[in-house]
Amino acid sequence: MIKTAGEAREAARQIGGRVVIKAQIHGGGRGKAGGIKVAETPEEAAQIAGDLLGTRLTTHQTGPEGLPVNTVLVEEAIQVEKELYLGVLIDTSTQALVMIASEAGGVEIEDIATRSPQRILKQYVNLVTGLLPYQTRILAYRMNLPGESVRTATEIMTGIYRLFMEKDCSLVEINPLVITKDGKLLALDCKVNFDDNALPRHQDMAQLRDSSQEDPLEVKASEIGVNYVKIGGNVGCLVNGAGLAMATMDMIKLAGGEPANFLDVGGSASEEQVANALRILLTDARVRSAWINVFGGILRCDVVARALEQVLKEREVKVPFIVRMNGTNLKEAMQILKESRLNITFEADLVRAAEMAVTMAK
Amino acid sequence: MILVDKNTKVLVQGITGREATFHTQRCIEFGTNVVAGVTPGKGGLRWEEEVPVFNSVTQAKEESGANASLIFVPAPFAFDAIVEAADAGIKLVVCITEYIPALDELKLQYHLRSTSTTLIGPNCPGIISPPGKCKMGIMPGYIHKPGNVGVVSRSGTLTYEVVAQLTEQSLGQSTCVGLGGDPLPGSNFVAILKLFQEDPETKAVVLIGEIGGTTEQEAAEFIEKQMTKPVIAYVAGSSAPAGKRMGHAGAIITGSASKASKKMESLAAAGATVTDNFAQIGFLTKEVLGSQK
Repeated sequence: MIKTAGEAREAARQIGGRVVIKAQIHGGGRGKAGGIKVAETPEEAAQIAGDLLGTRLTTHQTGPEGLPVNTVLVEEAIQVEKELYLGVLIDTSTQALVMIASEAGGVEIEDIATRSPQRILKQYVNLVTGLLPYQTRILAYRMNLPGESVRTATEIMTGIYRLFMEKDCSLVEINPLVITKDGKLLALDCKVNFDDNALPRHQDMAQLRDSSQEDPLEVKASEIGVNYVKIGGNVGCLVNGAGLAMATMDMIKLAGGEPANFLDVGGSASEEQVANALRILLTDARVRSAWINVFGGILRCDVVARALEQVLKEREVKVPFIVRMNGTNLKEAMQILKESRLNITFEADLVRAAEMAVTMAK
Repeated sequence: MILVDKNTKVLVQGITGREATFHTQRCIEFGTNVVAGVTPGKGGLRWEEEVPVFNSVTQAKEESGANASLIFVPAPFAFDAIVEAADAGIKLVVCITEYIPALDELKLQYHLRSTSTTLIGPNCPGIISPPGKCKMGIMPGYIHKPGNVGVVSRSGTLTYEVVAQLTEQSLGQSTCVGLGGDPLPGSNFVAILKLFQEDPETKAVVLIGEIGGTTEQEAAEFIEKQMTKPVIAYVAGSSAPAGKRMGHAGAIITGSASKASKKMESLAAAGATVTDNFAQIGFLTKEVLGSQK
């Protein structure tokens, strides 16, 4: 792992010969985006690393703003004979743990999975027995590995299965796993996803979190305990509940607008949490109108109204707010907002509220 | 009605907690027969000077005759609580708790297959049957009304919105089931649709799906092959980007099949009445039921 051009030069010198420099970001599709390059000499390695470090790399998985390249990986350039794929994940449709292998690894694995699913090999793992040696052998032989590589492949499979189970992963993937020109089996790249719900019991993994690879507003939201995802449009929304939040974005889109964000404050947020969530929403400079869509249950409507009043009174907010609420303490909420004399429009009807939010954003 | 009715005797695991106390009170107000509570270490007490509290589910079941359990215990202890209820022979377990690790949920699936327990949730709003006067969950009771529409959903507040629309159209509900927002829920659309199909009181079913997984496609297959009752469906998340988790752990587009548009296509092809505008569900359900007569 390299953080400066000088370190890259030194690493390339130690490795000797051709090296590959790979941008380390939390997103795939790096090769096509120019994040993976080959260098013939240590000087060239330093040059490439220097060009990549400190920039933002945009791939089809990162969103338009891209992700910062703070580290690069420098490794020996391997003469590749063949690219393979290995992965462990939970298959939600069969509700089983599955080891996946394919003879057709590399950057096109997702296309292959849709176009020729027969080339994706699977072994389901019984949680009582765990992944068994015979299952790894079946996969290794069906991947047509040369005899001497079968043993290495079975060891790699057993290893990634153990990692998955011990660290509560949601995905462990080696892509590509390559056979080199001189017949060796090597893992050239790897991706590991952890189950957020299991992080409390893996403090070591939680500490690996690299916030620079996440949207700063999303990081802030997770700190205050709400779910925020930047979408990129100009109609902001704040909702309680993930399903209703998605449905609210869908309504904005149906009304001809583009949602700026997904924002779910959850079922039992406090006034302070809702206020902080509103501040996050307003931090996005693209937001031109904001729609509050709340079905009051445990989170009462008056709590949301007070939070809104608090935020709109502490600063000058140009963004017009459309409020649509239903459920617990609706009357109290209306009273609070009416007396506040703020730039807020009430609309009880869902479709009309969506249309107003979209019109005001134009 | 399905799963719960006036004969359901509910025990509440974690009853002495603050949230559990609040929601248990609301359940009792709705008419739910809460016969026992379980909090290890607090056996012998009476919750709110009324409901007997036991140290274990087995003991609670023996002494109170409970046949269903509503679980509110915090995430680190919820796996244990669900297995305890199943091992004690409780037939219906509703788990409200969220943030249970996926591997624990996978282990639950394996274990529950060897029992006769139905698990609803985790990370769900629960079950409510207005005609059965039974609420095992956290949904606001007052928006519901007894009637003939079954509701099954992966989300919480979105379901309340839909139920409010139905009630506004004077369409009551037979039972509403919230499956929960996790990738490995205890129950699924097919299991609940099967029960609604067999239930004489249910005349139509509203299905609320969301992005992630393929459970809506499995539902579509069941609807096409085995469902004679009309299904009205909406799948949330048409506007969600791929690869981003939308609040629920299960709501993430990982392949084309997990997109809302694909799911709605499958459901429509199977004969369900599908809308991409959830504000229309109440109205559409009324139309569908009107054309049946």
